[in-house]
Amino acid sequence: MTGHDEQSAAVRARRLEERLIAAGLATDEEIDEFLTGLYTTASPVNGAQMAARAWTDPSFHDLLLSDGNAGAAEFGFGSLSYRLRVVANAENAHNVIVCTLCSCYPVSLLGPSPGWYKSFAYRSRTVREPRQVLAEFGLHLPDSVQISVWDSTSEARYMVLPVRPAGTEGLTADELTALVTRNGLIGTALV
Amino acid sequence: MSLEAGARVRVRTGDPDHHTRVPRYVRGHTGEILAAIGHWTVPDDSARGLERPRAETCYAVRFSAADLWGSGDHTVTVDLWESYLDRP
Repeated sequence: MTGHDEQSAAVRARRLEERLIAAGLATDEEIDEFLTGLYTTASPVNGAQMAARAWTDPSFHDLLLSDGNAGAAEFGFGSLSYRLRVVANAENAHNVIVCTLCSCYPVSLLGPSPGWYKSFAYRSRTVREPRQVLAEFGLHLPDSVQISVWDSTSEARYMVLPVRPAGTEGLTADELTALVTRNGLIGTALV
Repeated sequence: MSLEAGARVRVRTGDPDHHTRVPRYVRGHTGEILAAIGHWTVPDDSARGLERPRAETCYAVRFSAADLWGSGDHTVTVDLWESYLDRP
């Protein structure tokens, strides 16, 4: 993205804020407070902690997959503004998340979305040729691995539960959490 | 219309003038219901500011890449509100 585009996005965002303020729907202070609150707590560490717990606690694993919001509530995210759906990778199954219509993303659990997630290239190519897109991220999946793409078109947001890496049996919860990357939770990395 | 997991559904082909959450690439294609995932206001109605927007069940619908694109061995799952779908 060029500097010009970034500037125009900021200018457009500000125009939207001004419309909200002019319509009496929010004040500058309220918008600032909301954004500050969101960005001081929103981080991929949240999703990573949930993944690490799912690796070590079978009942939490099942809860997270059957009711993502209930799983998130155990980590203090009891009032997410979206339905959380967690999809689990397996030895022969890999999941990857995209939003083709815009850039829907579980911000509170993964932090602000990366620039490429919002790019036309990622959004258009991931549904069409995910194996090639993942290879460009350095993730070369064998043909035996079935790829499932999840297009976030509704009020649901998706998160991937990576496979626990081999040889991590002795690690603590914090050490396991540190293994999980943002891209792993989107599905553009293995972990 | 209540759709069970495994049911085959076809996405409506209409191209409305207003906002919708039906991606163009699934229109007219047949997929399989994975699950009902929520009951929410239909975005087509709320985006138009309708006084009584419909609330409907939203389904995760899985499509095969070979069907969508003519090639590929992956699947694509899209969340679609009930009124976007017909039984084939």
